[in-house]
Amino acid sequence: MSAGELAAGSVIDGFRLEECVHQGGMATLWRVTHAAHALPMLMKVPRLRYGDDPAAIVGFEVEQMILPRLVGPHVPRFVAAGDFTVQPYLVMEYVAGRSLRPRLDEAPLPIGEVAAIGAKVATALADVHRQHVIHLDVKPSNIMLRDSGEAVLVDFGLSHHDQLPDLLAEQFQLPMGTGPYIAPEQVLGVREEPRSDLFALGVTLYHLVTGERPFGNPTSLGGLRRRFYRDPEPPRALRPDVPRWLQEVILRCLEVDPDARYASAAQLAFDLGHPEQVPLTERAERAHRDGALTVVRRWFQSIGREHGARHSVAEQLSRAPIIVAAIDVIHGAPALAEALRTAVRRLIATEPEARLACVTVLRVPRIGLDSNVDREGRNRHVKRLIGLKHWARELGLPEERITFHVLEAPDPAEALVEYARNNHVDHIVMGARGNSSLRRFLGSVSARVVSEASCTVTVVRVPERETAAQGVASPGHDAHHEEPWSPL
Amino acid sequence: MLIAFLTDLHANREATTACLEFAAEQGAERYVFLGDLVGYGADPGWVVDTVCRYVAEGAMAVRGNHDVAVIHEPSKAMHDSARLVATWTRDHLDAAQIAFIESLPLSIEEDDRLYVHANAWAPAEWGYVMGPMDAARSLRATRQRLTFLGHVHEPALYHGDWVGKVAAFAPRTGVDLELVSQRRWVVLPGSVGQPRDGNPAACCALYDTTRNVLRFERVPYDVDAAAARVRAAGLPAALATRLERGG
Repeated sequence: MSAGELAAGSVIDGFRLEECVHQGGMATLWRVTHAAHALPMLMKVPRLRYGDDPAAIVGFEVEQMILPRLVGPHVPRFVAAGDFTVQPYLVMEYVAGRSLRPRLDEAPLPIGEVAAIGAKVATALADVHRQHVIHLDVKPSNIMLRDSGEAVLVDFGLSHHDQLPDLLAEQFQLPMGTGPYIAPEQVLGVREEPRSDLFALGVTLYHLVTGERPFGNPTSLGGLRRRFYRDPEPPRALRPDVPRWLQEVILRCLEVDPDARYASAAQLAFDLGHPEQVPLTERAERAHRDGALTVVRRWFQSIGREHGARHSVAEQLSRAPIIVAAIDVIHGAPALAEALRTAVRRLIATEPEARLACVTVLRVPRIGLDSNVDREGRNRHVKRLIGLKHWARELGLPEERITFHVLEAPDPAEALVEYARNNHVDHIVMGARGNSSLRRFLGSVSARVVSEASCTVTVVRVPERETAAQGVASPGHDAHHEEPWSPL
Repeated sequence: MLIAFLTDLHANREATTACLEFAAEQGAERYVFLGDLVGYGADPGWVVDTVCRYVAEGAMAVRGNHDVAVIHEPSKAMHDSARLVATWTRDHLDAAQIAFIESLPLSIEEDDRLYVHANAWAPAEWGYVMGPMDAARSLRATRQRLTFLGHVHEPALYHGDWVGKVAAFAPRTGVDLELVSQRRWVVLPGSVGQPRDGNPAACCALYDTTRNVLRFERVPYDVDAAAARVRAAGLPAALATRLERGG
């Protein structure tokens, strides 16, 4: 059976075609059912008529290779595939949710909504990048929002997988992507840069927040190359109520040089989730586009431009981890604080694009009283923040690489594990509760974090002799004073 | 069916043992030896006997240029050290072992696969497949969809599309690669007994015919022992160093 003969009611390998939901240039999408599969499904059938764009065929092969390897809520679940010998098709989960595409027509959207969409898509990208895949065609029509809230990336026909042959790179010389969204390095034919997806997300957010496209909708190669030298109008120039931090984030995504963008999707998601801690630079203040002279200078520089060093997604991600230092600023002994700093310093030194989040947990009762302000009237929250900054001062990290967070939770271990999961943390460094009687009394936070966290956890100890020499406070005294959660 | 591919064993007993054990642990149901059982290494007799035993139990094996060199006069085109080793090897094989080598075919076709030591266009002339051009030439010379080759001691993978355009892909160890069925593929697992890509670990590949999935593997083995035996046998010291350095 050829693609042209497909009709509602046809059955392919047990999949019954119910309804054609989309007829595109590259493929047709059918809603399908199958006796053995309960979930709602979509079948993608490539258009393979003579004279059709060969990129459609290769793109289909690419998606057939990549989709089955992806897991998690941020991609449509793979169900089945049929190869070219009979009838090529790809069956995947029908994502219950809505496409971001119609929202473009409603732009400009409320600031909070744009930031929330950005954080969701960045989270989805972080998850896909972690699985060795760069999407390379991020745009509103390829982003779905599940009813449960998560962003789903669809259409992996232009994607690149770190560990698989790149059929598209080998087949075609022209840049592949979608005009308004394509990253500068993609225009040069680079397909191995995960931060290309951050550029495309930046374009999407720019459009959603201003209602305008930052680089128009070019159709020629020359038009695509304009983004090398012509910077976009700053969002605040088009919409003055865009906060500085959001302009900072969007313009950082739109940097021509990938190194000047966020180092990873996880770091971008982190900033979108913590607006108050986004370090503001000149980008945040920018009021208009660069003058003609600057643009002309950049134009000259852009001539004959080629992309430099290449690296895999995995390499890029491993260079840019998010590290959490979990610190008990109230009860931590100086020796342990120092040991933690040493451990963190080593990690940071080896990964120049790493970011450090200093976290402490303020224990609050599960239910009840507002205990945010203590007896002396000093804000306990602020006190901890000061403690965190004090601990971190000696690390000497620049502002853009470090953030501080006081979590308020009844269960410190749970709070840390959840924080790490929500923020795509790669590595937690924390102290062990050194004193055995206290450990018996309160249980070990680090042991629980080690067993429950979804990332690497380093537990730092001060050698036994030193701890003894410190003179540890008795548990009774501590418990009376304030509930400790971590070391000692 | 999971097929283990071993090629260029080169009389390296330690590497061959390690790869066969590894393949068995992975659940290999069939073994294919792509030639050059002997040459360079110190244990030609043991390796030939082992392959002979596997073939008796259903494995497949083809001959390589080093195998031919011990059954005929070594070719003048061979390097000096290779010729010296060929002579040494012949002196260390018995009649039955020579007869087994003589019985090996140049190539074997099975289902949609071709097994041959050097290339498909002129298997007995031992031309190397060193890049996409050579791979394309080899693909043009066979109707089989998958070609498994030895001869070149580094792992490599080539794939050709429907118009015959061929591209190379640097495979990673331990990653499942689907050999997409609308493409044709040339697979070079890399050498068991004398890897030359700077990594001394032995090379082999596993292909799952049901899932159409290929995996390149590296198997660490006792390189020091193999190198010591080369030296003890009085073979050129450079051959021992080569094992230690992986190239």
